Amino acid sequence: MTAAPTTDQTTAAPKTMTGAQLVLEALADQGVDTIFGYPGGAVLPIYDALYQQNRIKHVLVRHEQAAVHAAEGYARSTGKVGVVLVTSGPGATNAVTGLVDALMDSIPLVCLTGQVPTHLIGNDAFQEADTTGITRPATKHNYLVKDVNQLARTMHEAFFVARNGRPGPVVVDLPKDVQFASGPYYGPDICKPKNYKPQTEPDHAAIERAIDLMVKAERPIFYTGGGVINAGPRASELLTELVRLTGFPCTNTLMGLGAFPASDKQFVGMLGMHGTYEANLAMHGCDVMICIGARFDDRVTGKTSAFSPNSKKIHVDIDASSINKNIRVDLPIVGDAGRALELLLAAWKKRVAAKPKIDAWWKQIEFWRARDCLRYGQTKDVIKPQYALERLRAAIQGRDDVFISTEVGQHQMWAAQFLPFNKPNRWLTSGGLGTMGYGLPAAIGAQIANPGALCIDVAGEASILMNIQEMATAVQYRLPVKVFILNNQWMGMVRQWQQLLHGERYSQSYSESLPDFVKLADAFGGVGMRAEKYDDVDRVIAEMLAADKPCIVDVAVDPNENCFPMIMGGHAHNEMLLGPEDRKSQDPTAREEGMVLV
Amino acid sequence: MSYLNNEPIERHTFAVLVDNEPGVLARVIGLFSGRGYNIESLTVAEIDHEKQLSRITLVSRGTRMVIDQIKVQLDRLVPIHTVLDLTDGGPFVERELALVKVVGTGEHRVEALRIADAFRARVIDSTAESFVFELTGSAEKLDAFVDIMRPLGLAELSRTGAAAIARGTATI
Ligand SMILES: Cc1cc2nc3c(=O)[nH]c(=O)nc-3n(C[C@H](O)[C@H](O)[C@H](O)COP(=O)(O)OP(=O)(O)OC[C@H]3O[C@@H](n4cnc5c(N)ncnc54)[C@H](O)[C@@H]3O)c2cc1C
Ligand SMILES: Cc1ncc(C[n+]2csc(CCOP(=O)(O)OP(=O)(O)O)c2C)c(N)n1
Repeated sequence: MTAAPTTDQTTAAPKTMTGAQLVLEALADQGVDTIFGYPGGAVLPIYDALYQQNRIKHVLVRHEQAAVHAAEGYARSTGKVGVVLVTSGPGATNAVTGLVDALMDSIPLVCLTGQVPTHLIGNDAFQEADTTGITRPATKHNYLVKDVNQLARTMHEAFFVARNGRPGPVVVDLPKDVQFASGPYYGPDICKPKNYKPQTEPDHAAIERAIDLMVKAERPIFYTGGGVINAGPRASELLTELVRLTGFPCTNTLMGLGAFPASDKQFVGMLGMHGTYEANLAMHGCDVMICIGARFDDRVTGKTSAFSPNSKKIHVDIDASSINKNIRVDLPIVGDAGRALELLLAAWKKRVAAKPKIDAWWKQIEFWRARDCLRYGQTKDVIKPQYALERLRAAIQGRDDVFISTEVGQHQMWAAQFLPFNKPNRWLTSGGLGTMGYGLPAAIGAQIANPGALCIDVAGEASILMNIQEMATAVQYRLPVKVFILNNQWMGMVRQWQQLLHGERYSQSYSESLPDFVKLADAFGGVGMRAEKYDDVDRVIAEMLAADKPCIVDVAVDPNENCFPMIMGGHAHNEMLLGPEDRKSQDPTAREEGMVLV
Repeated sequence: MSYLNNEPIERHTFAVLVDNEPGVLARVIGLFSGRGYNIESLTVAEIDHEKQLSRITLVSRGTRMVIDQIKVQLDRLVPIHTVLDLTDGGPFVERELALVKVVGTGEHRVEALRIADAFRARVIDSTAESFVFELTGSAEKLDAFVDIMRPLGLAELSRTGAAAIARGTATI
């Protein structure tokens, strides 16, 4: 970031413009059509420049955190980089939760923050915050641009860093005087970053060794995650082809849902803490594990010392630091998931004539599957949350244009278990940070990116209140997003842990003084409906799907329902709780190690 | 994680080439504190003014898994060019520098001078009542020198962290 790039391609001098115009020029050249933001003193020059152009659409949110989540929804549903614009000080600090969320879930973002003029930096000026200091651990990388001559280059580098390698959020902090100053504009192709060169090409010899392991496997499994989605839709197609060609079972992480079609017979469901019985036992009992773009998160592995004890593990990841971080693997392969899948597929086709015989393994898996671990007892008295989601599933069956986002809690897990994800980029959830308040703005971002599509936020009554103000954004831009609240009157996930791990002492987890969600929707200018009885469910779903305005559906569900299967912290995959009847067989409080995990 | 297994703790020296830009040291230190890695010593200075490159020498301790993580975690910071685990890379030399102020007169003063000579420490400042010794060497050698000087009037100590480089023709 030192010497300004030279215009070696053209003899003409670079165009000169103000910093604010440079920012917009760079955005346009990076293919940005929409940004999510909120104005303030330190970004007024950029807002002024926005006013005078029509290439870039600005979506005005109602809170900066929501701007970031909306950009995440936009990014995840399109594969593009999401862009955020906020002011200095409180604008930037409000954005921090969203940035960490994007960092944890590998979502590519560029967040432009206003800053006080360079000569005031460090003076505790009005609305000054040390944005690069605060966001250093919240971003993949960040920049403070103190010289307008470096602005174009920095903007392009920010996009390069956000989108390449393991994607993530990048902050560009822009002092107000730099936005006013005039400087040269350089295009993306002459502004290549100096030394950020992530390794995308996998080691070919390692690919061959992976095939050696796969061919000999008797009990193989594919364990794939968000990295396959990050690698682009083609990677999901390649994965699907490879899984079908091998005949191996496949499980997805929460972040990987949609990378392999959930409707496929070879899909054994999500794995992990609230994963299926068959997925977790297959992971526990496998002899060869092929992990692609997943990071052995503690919600997935359970007790690490007992994690899949007898398997050879192959791990493909673009980030070398994801490999051997939590679990030691036998065959690390650093590279892009799409490229690795391409090579694996080609090598498999060349070397393997027929599907390996793994009938005994499938028989075992079918036996586990027959436990029907997601079953629940629906009665006519009260709506079970799972039932509401099954009816929603039936109503959207066969549609290709459905984007589901979630808040965080039990409803999130039930959505992952009960809704069908057959394609990548259709599932938007906060996995790594688990941010309540993510779902509504994410649905807004997805709806902006996919006009005409059906965007549903499956919510809990507690989470939705964390960014409820975004109903106003949805109304302003006429976005017919649907908020589908599974209202159990509790912070259900918290209540569940208190019940199972803290002696049924329900400390502060009751959702007291809830608003009337139907009236609330109405007050915002949307439409609200409520389901109180079993028979209401289909009706409200039909009304919701027919609504052409933002809507909130308040479904009164069983307040006591718990989310199963569940692997308690500190337990192994083969120590799952399948339902309330399993409780007595384990004494989770005896395990300190489990208590401290979240 | 690492605390769950009883792997032995290893000491490793890393050489890290970075862009000499604001915030780069904060990134490295933030990585260590944020992830709970230990920093035994850290030395940094610009080594190429034209290319604006600095070299950080970093000494850390951890299990094998932690040491490997440190390398790859450093590697993915954007302004970092190269990370070399010198301990893994073969033989290397490592030196520290200490400035040691000893205040005193009479017997102690003579004794201090005699020991400094044995350690090949240089006298870089002296008054009738004090010496400042300059000593380079391994951390152990410096520790030993300091320990001996303590009863002889050691008044103040300034030490650098380690600087290290691979032996032979190999370069970073
Ligand atoms: C209440 C709650 C409950 C949860 N329960 C579960 C659960 O039961 N099961 C579950 O699975 N999760 C669960 N999670 C989510 C969990 O916390 C993690 O977010 C999730 O498991 C991580 O998914 P992942 O391993 O696919 O990694 P991601 O976070 O999606 O990371 C992607 C990985 O792929 C790599 N990558 C990125 N791009 C590429 C590329 N182009 N090529 C190759 N690699 C790439 C990255 O380096 C990274 O290692 C839960 C979360 C919450 C909030
Ligand atoms: C911002 C934030 N604060 C706190 C939490 C901890 N937390 C996880 S789930 C949960 C309860 C969510 O309740 P609700 O939205 O009603 O969903 P339910 O579990 O009932 O489906 C809480 C408080 C969190 N994930 N995010």
